[in-house]
Amino acid sequence: MTLPKVRVPYLLLLPGFAFLFTFFILPIINLAQTSTQTPVKGGDTGQYEQTFAFGNYITAFTENKEQFARSFIFATFSTVLALAIAYPLAYAIAFKAGKFKNILLVLVVAPFFTSFLLRTIAWKQILGEEGFVVPGLRSLHIISQQTTLTSTSFAVVAGMTYNFLPFMTLPLYASLERIDPRTIEAAGDLYANGITAFRRVTVPLSMPGVVAGTLLTFIPAAGDYVNAAILGSPTSKMVGNVIESRYFKIVDYPTAAALSFTLMAAILILVTLYIRKAGTEELV
Amino acid sequence: MSQKIKDASIPTIPFKARFSRWFGRNLLRIYMIFGFTYLFIPVAYTFAFSFNDSGKSNLIWKGFTLRNWQNPCGAPEVCSALGNSIKIGLLATTFSTILGTMIAFAIGRYAFKGRSSSNLLIFLPMATPEVVLGASLLSLFLVFKINPGFWPTVIAHVMFCISFVVVTVKARIASLDPRLEQAAMDLYANELETFRRVTLPLVAPGIAGAALLAFSLSFDDFIITNFNSGTLMTFPKFVYVSAARGIPAQANVIGSSMFFLALAIVIAGQLVNRKKVR
Amino acid sequence: MSSDAISARGDLRLTRITKSYGDFKAVDDLTLTIPKGSFFALLGPSGCGKTTTLRMVAGLEEPTVGSIHLGDTDITTTRPYQRPINTVFQNYALFPHLTIFENIAFGLRRRGIKDVKEQVDKVLNLVELPHLAGRKPTQLSGGQQQRIALARAIVNRPALLLLDEPLGALDLKLRRQMQIELKWIQREVGLTFVHVTHDQEEAMTMADTIAVMNEGKIEQMGSPADLYDNPETAFVANFLGQSNLIKGKIDGNDGDNLIVDLFGQKISMPKKRSHAVDTSLYAGIRPEKFRISLLGTAVKGNTLTGGRIEDVSYIGVSTQYVVAMPWGQELMVFEQNDDGVPPFDKGDEVLISWEPSFTFGLRGDEDIEAGTEVNPEELEGE
Repeated sequence: MTLPKVRVPYLLLLPGFAFLFTFFILPIINLAQTSTQTPVKGGDTGQYEQTFAFGNYITAFTENKEQFARSFIFATFSTVLALAIAYPLAYAIAFKAGKFKNILLVLVVAPFFTSFLLRTIAWKQILGEEGFVVPGLRSLHIISQQTTLTSTSFAVVAGMTYNFLPFMTLPLYASLERIDPRTIEAAGDLYANGITAFRRVTVPLSMPGVVAGTLLTFIPAAGDYVNAAILGSPTSKMVGNVIESRYFKIVDYPTAAALSFTLMAAILILVTLYIRKAGTEELV
Repeated sequence: MSQKIKDASIPTIPFKARFSRWFGRNLLRIYMIFGFTYLFIPVAYTFAFSFNDSGKSNLIWKGFTLRNWQNPCGAPEVCSALGNSIKIGLLATTFSTILGTMIAFAIGRYAFKGRSSSNLLIFLPMATPEVVLGASLLSLFLVFKINPGFWPTVIAHVMFCISFVVVTVKARIASLDPRLEQAAMDLYANELETFRRVTLPLVAPGIAGAALLAFSLSFDDFIITNFNSGTLMTFPKFVYVSAARGIPAQANVIGSSMFFLALAIVIAGQLVNRKKVR
Repeated sequence: MSSDAISARGDLRLTRITKSYGDFKAVDDLTLTIPKGSFFALLGPSGCGKTTTLRMVAGLEEPTVGSIHLGDTDITTTRPYQRPINTVFQNYALFPHLTIFENIAFGLRRRGIKDVKEQVDKVLNLVELPHLAGRKPTQLSGGQQQRIALARAIVNRPALLLLDEPLGALDLKLRRQMQIELKWIQREVGLTFVHVTHDQEEAMTMADTIAVMNEGKIEQMGSPADLYDNPETAFVANFLGQSNLIKGKIDGNDGDNLIVDLFGQKISMPKKRSHAVDTSLYAGIRPEKFRISLLGTAVKGNTLTGGRIEDVSYIGVSTQYVVAMPWGQELMVFEQNDDGVPPFDKGDEVLISWEPSFTFGLRGDEDIEAGTEVNPEELEGE
């Protein structure tokens, strides 16, 4: 080989990074400069000029406070729910599955081979009037005859929780699986009962998985709008819905751009605070 | 044998304790059953309704039929949307796998200045909400007067798949024992031969896994595609758009088929692995 | 140049080799010649630089300073695949994706050798595993993998075969068996073996020549008997077996012998077995050379009085005693139980005697703790 050894990594990186630079970094930069534009007076829709209108951010945020709040609240709820549902499942597969581990893992991920949209729409049907859940709950008098489950925040959160479940389950499983069962035995040997051993040994050792899972769930959930669009009502929009509509329904690119950055910034701040508190190394 | 000795000497466990022990031990198993049922409800629903004799609107059960399965392209646009999704998926997979694998080797194998920044650059797209990725790319295309459509969609898909490919392949590279390559060189293989005969075969499963991941991410993508495809119809877009009036049962057929196909591939992969270890 | 290297043959010569990582010298100005056809051992604790030296010979690392010659050919900078040297790695490094046959054939194929099957079969018979040719490495036991790793290297008939602690992962019985087999194979095939290990028993069992390494340097080199009977430094005295080192002063001489004063008691030792540079020295005696006798018994040779037995450990083959001397030092004595268990108990007042020619003398400024630390990594056979 005549290639000087120093050059090789850079050559390997070049095509991929050139691509990412052009189609990821550049667009983000372009979005940034769009966010401070204002419509050209007297121009057609879609025509803007750069005016460094940083006020766009303030307007965008204040006009959509409600949607921001909703996005983060929904994302938090679905992350917590996903954690609550996924943890026992991941634990069961890691510790109690024996030789069925791999099969069960496949079964956890398998439902997500069907199209994301088909699943969400399936939930819409199932939770709708024609499904079996609502009529069943009504006949058991758990809910009143007027209550519907679709077009509610409940449905949106339920949909989000369901759809992001594998993102929570897999990192949790990976982390739990790595725990040497002998450490738990050692805890028992040192006078810890089952619950204490779980609290003081298993849970702390599974924290890397918990952190990874919550991040992988929260970040996309905060920016999601499909669940809200399908399972929610026109009044329960999330930030993602607003951004989408600013591109396709009411053409307002600067606002959409400003909202996008605000959303990214908010996520970044929350994630940084979270990581600092949880204390974790490389995620990638 | 002294079976005649009364069992009175063996202490018995009271029923209440036995039940709670059984319950405690099986609690997780019971939970797993509920959990998996929950996971499969929408899948079962989709599968069931693929047999619905529904005509255009698949909202209410009308009757059992095999016609949808016999004629999966029956509903208009379903198969062209599916075709587009597959074409885009294959192209996006090919390019993102090649670019991503190269990056993974660079980061995973070499210590160079800017390695941690490279890691960050790979991490960023995964941490950015899809809305932002899709919208920013669309903005860029508009600035350059490129209309959204097939190739912009492919580009968008390659963009967000690269990071996942890098992470997957990098993990595989990390688990590669460097002494295997040293052994190869010790046994008269030069750098190129070592790569071809030892490194690549051992990393190949990781690359295959990454390609599969990229394809499924691309095929199932909606948000980013929505921003960048313009009038081009992909399968997820088709489902979304038809949701209001009821998705044709053919879509359920395709969805269920994807499920079974993917399941088959994964199980086949598991069996091949098991055979290798045996 | 590269094609020359691959056909090089002869003695291996390391000349003033230093390998530095920043300020740290893993190998420090090492000069060594390994004669063709010998079974050579590089012995030392972990971190002493023996593995680094081996890797430089293999070509997997480059020396910072110095040169390596194989016969007359300078191979210092040639790539590993251009050297007629093969390595048996510590964890075997068998290619998991290839069958045993292909693993062994790997080197032959890279070199374009024609009668691959014949050669592979031959070497598989040599290690007595012909039935495993079609299997994959993960299907083999540790001992089998080790022998295949050896076969994979030997089949190439290298000028030099390097073994990097190859027996570390095997259990005791298997290890003993492999030690004997390796020795046999080396004689049978006639290759030069360079064996790196931290296990001094292993080195002494297998090697013709041992070089004891410590902190990047060679402490002493010679046959196992030379090193054991006449160590030149405290490190060698303590690392190979055990030693009693008693501080003393040279008090005169008597023909070929030195008179040494040990805390007031006088002993004699051959002049040529002393490495002292001035009048201070440490008198060294191996525990099995001591004889214990009850007070009043008539004894021959050097004698030390005033000892009291502090501990008795029955080992089966021998009994080990710890004897406290009047100057505060505890000496170790190993007595064979060849005549039944010797009749000594804890608390007995005894004499220690030994044949003067077994004494060795170390410099008075030696660190007598050198070589005695037990490295935890060695314990688990790392």
